[in-house]
Parts: sequence; C-alpha cells; structure tokens
Amino acid sequence: MITVTGASKRYGEFAALDDVSLEVPAGSLTALLGPSGSGKSTLLRAIAGLEHPDSGTVTIAGQDVTGAPPQHRDIGFVFQHYAAFKHMSVRDNVAFGLRIRKRPKREIASRVDELLGIVGLAGFQDRRPAQLSGGQRQRMALARALAVDPQVLLLDEPFGALDAIVRADLRRWLHRLHAEVHVTTVLVTHDQEEAMDVADRIAVLHNGRIEQVGSPQDLYDRPANGFVMSFLGPVATVNGSLVRPHDLRIQRERSAEAVAARVERVVHLGFEVRVDLHAVDGGAAMSAQLTRETAATLGLRSGETVAVIPVRRSELTDLPVPAAVA
Amino acid sequence: MSTSTRARISLRTLALAYLLLVVLIPISMIAYRTFEPGFGAFWASITTPAAISALQLTVLILAIVVPLNAVFGVALALALVRGHFPGKRWVHAVIDLPFALSPVVVGVSLVLLWGAHGWFGGLESMGIHVIYALPGMVLATIFVTLPFVTREVEPVLREIGSEQEQAAATLGASAGQTFRKITLPAIRWGLTYGVVLTVARALGEFGAVSVVSLGFAGQTQTLTLLVNTRYSADHNISGAYAAATLLMLVALAVLALLTVVDRKRRTL
Repeated sequence: MITVTGASKRYGEFAALDDVSLEVPAGSLTALLGPSGSGKSTLLRAIAGLEHPDSGTVTIAGQDVTGAPPQHRDIGFVFQHYAAFKHMSVRDNVAFGLRIRKRPKREIASRVDELLGIVGLAGFQDRRPAQLSGGQRQRMALARALAVDPQVLLLDEPFGALDAIVRADLRRWLHRLHAEVHVTTVLVTHDQEEAMDVADRIAVLHNGRIEQVGSPQDLYDRPANGFVMSFLGPVATVNGSLVRPHDLRIQRERSAEAVAARVERVVHLGFEVRVDLHAVDGGAAMSAQLTRETAATLGLRSGETVAVIPVRRSELTDLPVPAAVA
Repeated sequence: MSTSTRARISLRTLALAYLLLVVLIPISMIAYRTFEPGFGAFWASITTPAAISALQLTVLILAIVVPLNAVFGVALALALVRGHFPGKRWVHAVIDLPFALSPVVVGVSLVLLWGAHGWFGGLESMGIHVIYALPGMVLATIFVTLPFVTREVEPVLREIGSEQEQAAATLGASAGQTFRKITLPAIRWGLTYGVVLTVARALGEFGAVSVVSLGFAGQTQTLTLLVNTRYSADHNISGAYAAATLLMLVALAVLALLTVVDRKRRTL
C-alpha cells in the first residue's frame, strides 16, 4: 500500500501539488489521470523519491519513506522515454538492479531470462536498446523495473511515446501482467481511455489537487464535478445540466422536457452515429450519440428541427467547476 | 543535397588540397629533414642529456596535468549541466577564459602571483619553488588546457539527459555506482576527445610555460621549449627537427595509449 498525506510542491508561483492525499491499496492498479500540468507526474515522482515535496509524507508498505532517496524505497520506475541504458545489452539492462544487489550470477541469469520471457523478449538478450522498437524498449524497461521484485511499480506515461496500435497492445498486456504479478502499480496518464482500460482505480487530478478517486465506473457514472465528468468523456449541456451524448434521446414529437434543436450534421462512425445539434433558443452546440438502428429508424436530415430529451441527466450543472470542489 | 557530381568532386579535391597544403606538407617536411642526415644523427640528437631531460619533463607534466584536468573537467561539466547554483553563468564565462587569454599573459600573471615578490611569494622564502620550477609549469599547463575536457563533456551530458541516471537510482544504484556504470560510459567519447585535445595542447604549450620556466636546459626545458632553443638560439636546425619529431612521437604514443585504454574499458 502507498499512502501520500498532505503533499505540496511549488515551483515558484506554480503549485504542482496542492495538499494532495492519496491511498493506493496493495495489489491495485491505480491510474493518476489528468491534463498536463495537473501534477500527476509530480505526484508519481514524489512517491518514487525523484521529487521532494515541500511538505507532506509518503509511506510505502507501512514504511515512512518521506526523506528516503529512490534507492531505498523498493520501487520499480518506468519512464515515458524508456531511459534504456544505451551502452548495455538488453540482458545487462534487465540485470542492472540485481547486479547492484550483488545477487549470485546464476540467479541473475535465470531471473533475467524468466523476465524477458514474461515481457515477450526471449531471444533478445544480446541486442542493444537501439536495435529494439519503441514498444520492445518499453517492455525491456518494465522487465528491468520488475527484476528487483519491487514493492510498488510506478509507470510515468509508459505508453505516451508509442503509436496507437502498439499502445493498445501494451495496455492489454500490462493488464494481464498485473493480474499475474499483482504488484501494487501506479500509472500516470493523460488518456482517459487508457486509464479506464487498464486501471481498477482512477484518481483524477486537476491543478495540483485530486478531484475524485474511485473505480472507472464510479467516476463515469457518478462524477464529483463537471471537471471529472468532462475529462472522462464527452459532455453536452442541456437546459444548464450536464448530459452524456449517449443519454440524449432524439424524437420528432415535442414534449415538455424536450429541447428544440436543429440538426447540423449526421456523422456515421461505424458502430455509432453522432448527431451534431444546435439548440434553437440560446444556440448551444451539442452532440448526441445514437445506435445505428435508432439513427436508421429516425432518418435524420441536416437542417430539420427535432426534440432532444436528456434520458439520464447528472445532478451537475455547468462545465468545469474545479474551484467549487471542496 | 542536389549537388552535381562534378561540383562534389571538385569540392572534395579542394578540401583535400587544403589539408595537404596546411597540415601534411609541413609535417612531412619535418620528418624528411629529421631523417635527412640519417637515423644515427637523429638518435644522437634526441639522446643528448638536454633532450632526455626535456622528454622526461614533458611526460611528467602530462602525467600530472591530464588526470587532474580530466577529473576536475568532468566534475565541472557535471556541476554545470546537472547542478543548480548561483553564479552558474559566471562560471560558464570563466571556463572559456583560458581560450581568450594570450598564454604569455597567463605566464606573466602566474609569475606575478607565485614569484618571489608575488602574493604567494612567501612560499619562495620557505624554499618551495613554484616559478622557474615544475609546479609553475604544471600550473601554466593546467590553466591553458582547462576548458577542453569540460567543453567536450558538457554537450554530451546535456544530450543524454538525466533519465538514465534516475532510472539507475530507482534500481538501487548509489551516486558513485550510477556515475561509474551509467554516466561515465555515456560520456566516454566526449571525455576521450577532451583528453586528446588536452594532451595536444599540453605538449605544444610554449608561451605560458616559457615565461614561468625560462627553459633552463636539463631543468625546466620541455620538448617544445627545446625545439625553440635549438632552432633560434643554438642554430641547430637538424637538432630542432629531431626534437620536433620526438614531440610528435610522444603525441602518437599517447594517442595509441588512449585507444588501448578505451578498448579495454569497453570490453570490461
């Protein structure tokens, strides 16, 4: 388990962390999700000891490590740009932590081979990092971090530098790996889809503060505020309250709760259809998500006026309200 | 990029001709003149007591200056790239100062500082000789070769960034282990090149060293000073050529040594 209590970090006028407290349960895979500058990387680096908060404490597995250097925190850290040791072979990269710990040669050799097997790099022992693809380099970096059996695994935007296909592949792979190894893992990302895909818990950060912590479904269904709601997925404003596009129903009959809107464009995205709309009074733009069947039945044409009904609206009103969060 | 073949060939020819004219021909001339009187004469001329003493002194100065400047040069580069301290800009400017100052001025300033009537002249009365002795020559050589290692290592350090070092720290490596296993191998080429430049400059230093040593044969005369003395004072032209060739051989020997050391380190 990782506990961060009251961590603050300022760079001049800028508050990277503003009195942040967070608990990461043992064995969980927690994502720190937020836009750039939200403090998510600073928080991760504070847990690793690569950054020293101005105030606050960090404990890992019950041990107060607030003043400890990274060497004494029993962590594995994976960097966005791999931080591969360029002058070493893949084998030496993965063996690095074990050699520092002066483990017996035979143990090191078998552990390295085992890990390279787990990350799918068996047979790459003698390659140099420069001879690997980005995805392979990052898997090598993961093997290197896991080699020393760390208490916690910390991943700083680990898939940020990779292309979309490799990223999706590695996400699935990381999820499987976590299910097998069960090491407490914290992953930093700015990609909500990645966070929802990989993590079992998400902490949403904004302006150096934690807005909400919960399971992906919790956060999606019961966002604490407009920021969390809008960061986790697209949002439309109807009659001043926030609605997910897939919670908007479109019909031709007028009704009391409906809002009149003009259809601007009907976009076929394959498995779904997006309808771009403009409210007739006030002129707010919104989008509705329909299934293919519904869209086919309605047969919407751009230019016509329809009735839009929020089926399930959130209690939240108005978009980003980070300042209103207690 | 769309240079025509003819333009490319003539450019290359021009570049090679330039190299030939300003570097290769003068060096070949020295080699030719050295061995013109025969190898025996050359050997006799580089085994005189003055020549042997000059060779020893030159190698001794190298042996002191090069390790010192390598260690402090790397430390300085690390401080400039990785460190945060007040006055960093100022340090940047000071490091380049030896390039900007005339070596003769450096020599004179050292005499003013360490000479019998200088600020630290007290040492002289205590019997510790700096000026007109080895320590002064070492100081002068260190001064003129100070920037090379730092200036070669600095951009390499900047380019590799600190992520690899941070990764090593998270894997449990101490600062010393990180330096030995990660930083040093990464800056190897920059360091080697800085050392090569330091050696070359140290071997060839004339102005500053001649001011602080006065070049007494058999005592404070380096090979470079010997070449000058034989050429301009003794009018021993072939002796001067022989000493110059010996100087070049020392440089080649150091270069070969560096290559061997470097190769050994790579296989470790």
